[in-house]
Amino acid sequence: MSQQPILEIEKEIIEDFALFDSWEDKYEYIIDLGKKLPALEEEHKIADNKIKGCQSTVWLAAAHEDGRVFFKADSDAVIVKGLVSMLIKVLSGHRPEEILEAKLDFIREIGMMTHLAQTRSNGLLAMIKQMKNYALAYQTIQGLEKK
Amino acid sequence: MTQIDSISLDLDLQAIRSQFPILSRTVNDKPLVYLDNAATSQKPQCVIDALSDYYGRYNANIHRGIHTLAEEATLAYEATRFAVQEFIGAASAEEIIFSRGTTEGINLVAYTWGRQHIGAGDEILISGMEHHSNIVPWQILCQEKNAVLKVIPVTDEGELSMEVYKNLLSDKTKLVSIVQVSNALGTVNPVKEMIDAAHAVGAKVLVDGAQSAVHLDIDVQALDCDFFAFSGHKVYAPTGIGVLYGKRELLESMPVFHGGGEMIKEVSFEQTTYNDLPYKYEAGTPNIADTIALKTALDYIQNIGKATIRKHENGLLAYATAQLESIPGLSIIGKAKEKVSLVSFIVKGIHPQDIGILLDNLGIAVRTGHHCTQPLMKRFGIPGTVRASFALYNTKEEIDILIAGMYKSIKMLS
Repeated sequence: MSQQPILEIEKEIIEDFALFDSWEDKYEYIIDLGKKLPALEEEHKIADNKIKGCQSTVWLAAAHEDGRVFFKADSDAVIVKGLVSMLIKVLSGHRPEEILEAKLDFIREIGMMTHLAQTRSNGLLAMIKQMKNYALAYQTIQGLEKK
Repeated sequence: MTQIDSISLDLDLQAIRSQFPILSRTVNDKPLVYLDNAATSQKPQCVIDALSDYYGRYNANIHRGIHTLAEEATLAYEATRFAVQEFIGAASAEEIIFSRGTTEGINLVAYTWGRQHIGAGDEILISGMEHHSNIVPWQILCQEKNAVLKVIPVTDEGELSMEVYKNLLSDKTKLVSIVQVSNALGTVNPVKEMIDAAHAVGAKVLVDGAQSAVHLDIDVQALDCDFFAFSGHKVYAPTGIGVLYGKRELLESMPVFHGGGEMIKEVSFEQTTYNDLPYKYEAGTPNIADTIALKTALDYIQNIGKATIRKHENGLLAYATAQLESIPGLSIIGKAKEKVSLVSFIVKGIHPQDIGILLDNLGIAVRTGHHCTQPLMKRFGIPGTVRASFALYNTKEEIDILIAGMYKSIKMLS
């Protein structure tokens, strides 16, 4: 399975956003992404997968297969869910070291940094940390398996 | 009192708005529409000037220096105490303790009076619409003392069930700690009636005035409350300064809170004697600048007149309520008969946070979330609300902008 490099996916998102000339278009696109992201199966909506923000909640489930990490996520707020959808698009299906190295500059480039800065109101920043934690854990497991 | 009798005069909104420099800024290229006044109010230029005047002209530590600056600073600081005494109708200025805000005031009572008077099996009554600040300090105290925290339920309209309240009161009740105005619903609670009922069973009453002090006339002697706490930053004053009022005999008999300078009479390694009221509860160098500016803010309110402000705010409340209710799918949370100028609402199928984000893009500042009242949100079965709260400088036109913003947001999110 070949996977496009993280930086290339980020670049595509930045290019997509450059086409929007109003905040409305930008947010309508994110809202649409949020609506299209399939709801997380109830079996994954468990306390261990819950990242509770002060206002909205994110659920994140991870799995690994053939040296790659796969993410599924959900949120009760649709704009956050749209941002979650982009993070999955960028990070899911990559090798742990790629995920750990990802700087995710696209978030700033598309003008969505404010939503990460509001650390208390949503679980986005905690979600990114959690994605990297999973990547680190799988990297460690892989290392042990090789030995 | 310097109060101008301006009840019959309508507010000159343009003049008032020009006194608040922040109101002329833009947010996301739109004129700011600030409707988050229950979180904090904006500051008039005179309050901002008071801070800069203090630091620029007479900054000094108070109560100890004999030089001119120290004397000027001390006089200005103590002048605020008298202004607060008048603002809330206290019997004496010694009953006014400066704090960091309502939260610290409540904690002071919990840690001093509470530790002295609450024992195993005693009961503390709060209500289902309390801010976390008026829940957690009592929870900590009850856990420590094996006391019981009891909760007065909230009706569907967002009022307190007075019948249940009266049934909850007993000779076990040692304290009733109650919010005068709900920050999440806007409900004005009948605190006078509640205080009288509590006193009848020998309980003391603390009134959380964080939301009420800016909207209602406060007379702690008429209320006969034992403690009253409020914050400066919600009454057009700076952050970091608040007030705890307590009846003199209670404050005198309570143990001290923080130890340090200012609160002492004499210190030796064997024993310390404590200062008189109010200094007994003001350890360390206080927040001098913000305290001085608090007086400027209270004078500002008194000069316009609370009755005039209330009349204007009630007009905004009625207009906003009617306009919001006409939006399909929108439900107002909190329909008490008596409310301050604050409307909390939800829209069917839409998360409050999404509405808040889109309104921000339109330059409209509202609060979304649980408003630090998680048990209350649970009571209504919702994760949170959108809250628009109005101050003296808000206009009907701003409510129109909010309503248009709501239609636009709902359309984008549906």
